[in-house]
Amino acid sequence: MSIKSKALIRAEKLLPGNQDFTSITEDIAGVPEQKKTPIQWWLLFGFSLSLLSIFVGSVGFLIWEGTGIWGINNPVFWGWAIINFVWWVGIGHAGTLISAILHLFRQNWRNAINRFAETMTLFAVICALVFPGIHVGRIWVAYWFLPLPNQMGMWPNMRSPLIWDFFAVFTYFTVSLLFWYTGLIPDLATLRDRAKGLKKKVYGFFALGWRGGNRQWQHYELAYLVLAGISTPLVLSVHSVVSSDFATSVIPGWHTTIFPPYFVAGAIYSGFGMVMTLSIIARKVYNLGHIITVEHLDKMAQIMLLTGCMVGYAYSMEFFVAWYSGNPYESFAFVNRALGPYWWGYWAMIFCNVVVPQFFWFEKYRRHIPFLFITSILVNIGMWFERFVIVVITLHRDFMPGAWAMYNPTMWDVAIYLGTFGLFFTGFLLFLRFLPMVSIAEAKLVLPESDPHHGDSHE
Amino acid sequence: MSKYGVIAKFDNPQSLVHAAEKVSDEGFTKFDCHSPFPIHGMDDAMGLKRSKLGYVIGVMGLTGALFGFGLQTWIHSIEYPMNISGKPYFAYPAYAIITFELMVLFSAFGAVFGMMFFNRIPRFHHPVFYSEKFSDVSSDAFYVSIEIDDPKYDESGVIDFLKNIGGTEIEVLTDEN
Repeated sequence: MSIKSKALIRAEKLLPGNQDFTSITEDIAGVPEQKKTPIQWWLLFGFSLSLLSIFVGSVGFLIWEGTGIWGINNPVFWGWAIINFVWWVGIGHAGTLISAILHLFRQNWRNAINRFAETMTLFAVICALVFPGIHVGRIWVAYWFLPLPNQMGMWPNMRSPLIWDFFAVFTYFTVSLLFWYTGLIPDLATLRDRAKGLKKKVYGFFALGWRGGNRQWQHYELAYLVLAGISTPLVLSVHSVVSSDFATSVIPGWHTTIFPPYFVAGAIYSGFGMVMTLSIIARKVYNLGHIITVEHLDKMAQIMLLTGCMVGYAYSMEFFVAWYSGNPYESFAFVNRALGPYWWGYWAMIFCNVVVPQFFWFEKYRRHIPFLFITSILVNIGMWFERFVIVVITLHRDFMPGAWAMYNPTMWDVAIYLGTFGLFFTGFLLFLRFLPMVSIAEAKLVLPESDPHHGDSHE
Repeated sequence: MSKYGVIAKFDNPQSLVHAAEKVSDEGFTKFDCHSPFPIHGMDDAMGLKRSKLGYVIGVMGLTGALFGFGLQTWIHSIEYPMNISGKPYFAYPAYAIITFELMVLFSAFGAVFGMMFFNRIPRFHHPVFYSEKFSDVSSDAFYVSIEIDDPKYDESGVIDFLKNIGGTEIEVLTDEN
């Protein structure tokens, strides 16, 4: 059997079983309509709320006391706050890749996971935005980021990558929110039409009076397509700009042109890891194995293999360029990564990001759900270590040995990082409880019956 | 009690597209075809022109780009020229990022709010909502609606016509209840 026909048969199986429009509505809308919230949800929600309270407490103390409570020192001025910022933004990128880029390429299999991934993007970007917000120290003047007229006559420096970053991430959050909400409108109408009482009013308010007429779908589809079209260069620009925060500096190990594509590939890699983790949990808790199928997990694993290999290529190319440039500081920075005092961080990164995805060459591992679950978590551990390698290992030994120092995080670094998981999961669980986690309208488009030429004879 | 139009149910996307062709050929203009998801080829079947939303988005994107570039130029060349590490005041290559980001931001607003404008939403009181059964359209039903202000509208004629082209569960929209 040729590869192509095998792929076609797979595509047919994206929605196994005898499903029709009605059963899709019932299955997906049935989750937020549950009378009784599953006990697993309450357990996870309680756990998330306790992490959220750690977040509120530790950020409160940070604002009260100042960034001195962190482990940052001279020369490691950028510590966990920047690592976590880059890590969370990166996770968000898979959501946009799935909803925008795969939509442009007409990859219909993405219809089962795009809502999920877009929501992940929203909350991940919120978690990311926390860090630049709080790391400024005097948080009450954070509005100085904005180009606002003020009594000092001062403006932000528009030639600085830090300000580019602010604009990029802010735009990214806003566009992701608009994209997510636009996709929700028809589904909110479905929930409105099935609900009663107060719920009907609330869902109805946000459904904006959607009535599914083709005169509406016509503009809607164009708006959705354009949003996908502009989100695609946007998502590529966001992590490229994040990488410019590093690449435009003159620190050996940071000052490289490979950073933008390398950061984007890593971001997509970690984001797919997070989508995988979340969807394996959600399909288990809500019995949606027939909508988010093994086929979807297999395809996500393939993308992780691709991006994991791109990241591995970037790691080796960095070493090659460090050697080939003949620059002793550049060479030292990389030898110090692999063999210096933080060697374990570097090798943890290599193991999780380069070795682990190699298993995805084999179909057996791409379809083994417990294996996928563990590797999806390893991927995100690895990507956290990648940012640790870039931020801490690069900074702690720069040019002059007299200026070197070791870096140790404090309990507040750890508490704020753990706390952002509380922020993320609290938001995500509320989404699972009240909104359809799979796009109802788009899931129906995968059914062959949705094609107006279905059943036509081919004479 | 006043009347607003007629709705008729069709079985599947295929029959809805055929019905749309017939309704449009008959010369109706104030009609719509409702479905749980967008149907491929429906615009042609209904005889709709291409959406003008693209022009709105284009103008918004251009505005955003000009605003972004203008803002940065004005700040660093006119409002407060400040020498920062010897970079030129008019450092236009460095302005590319924010120009691009604002272009995307404005286009996204243009896409979403332009879509709402062309669709005339939010609108919570459309006559089709007077029908109980019509709410199935967001799940699994396919409906054609013909509104009363269509110049060719004549109630019994429209009902017969919709029956002839295969419509079932025909209902006259009234605000009776």
